[in-house]
Amino acid sequence: MLRIREGCYQFMIQDAFRRFPNEACGILAGKDGLARTFFAMKNTDESPLSYLMDPKEQFHVMKHIREGNEEMLAIYHSHVASPAYPSSKDVQLAFYPDVYYVLISLQDRSRPVAKAYRIQEGHVREEPFKVIPEESR
Amino acid sequence: MQIVVNGKKEEVGERTTVASLLKEKKIMMEMVAVELNGTVLPRSRYAETSLKEGDRVEFLYYMGGG
Repeated sequence: MLRIREGCYQFMIQDAFRRFPNEACGILAGKDGLARTFFAMKNTDESPLSYLMDPKEQFHVMKHIREGNEEMLAIYHSHVASPAYPSSKDVQLAFYPDVYYVLISLQDRSRPVAKAYRIQEGHVREEPFKVIPEESR
Repeated sequence: MQIVVNGKKEEVGERTTVASLLKEKKIMMEMVAVELNGTVLPRSRYAETSLKEGDRVEFLYYMGGG
């Protein structure tokens, strides 16, 4: 199960709000299934309907993750006006079957919804995830 | 010859190009960005770019959606 440090989780939610009305995107990294590092990534589309990360920034972040002996655990993005469920474009562009895809829906901005999925060979499967308080291990 | 692919050392043939390396790994060129020795390589140059001993190749899948 994906576990996300509370601080990391809060950064992600704040990032989605900060970039509203456009979609936000980022990468969660960590070890042993525990995400403890959040990278907010530029959405080169700058759109409320889609996101595309900048490959140069992706290379930089992926090397940083590797050098920190961590691994990419999840790719996150927000939906500003639709539920936290992968769109057909999300499924089409899901090239990492072994990472989680985390979606934040701001459809109701007073109550953001976060969900995690695995997307493998076009099949979407919701996965439970847990937010881990900072003081616990 | 030895090159480094995504941080890991790998042995490849002498005439390996970026395109043939991706093909060997069963990776579709349209899905990835490639960086060679710190510089992002345009897809149009994958086939003509031969790899040399010690080259550092990074590739990653595009991350996007709607």
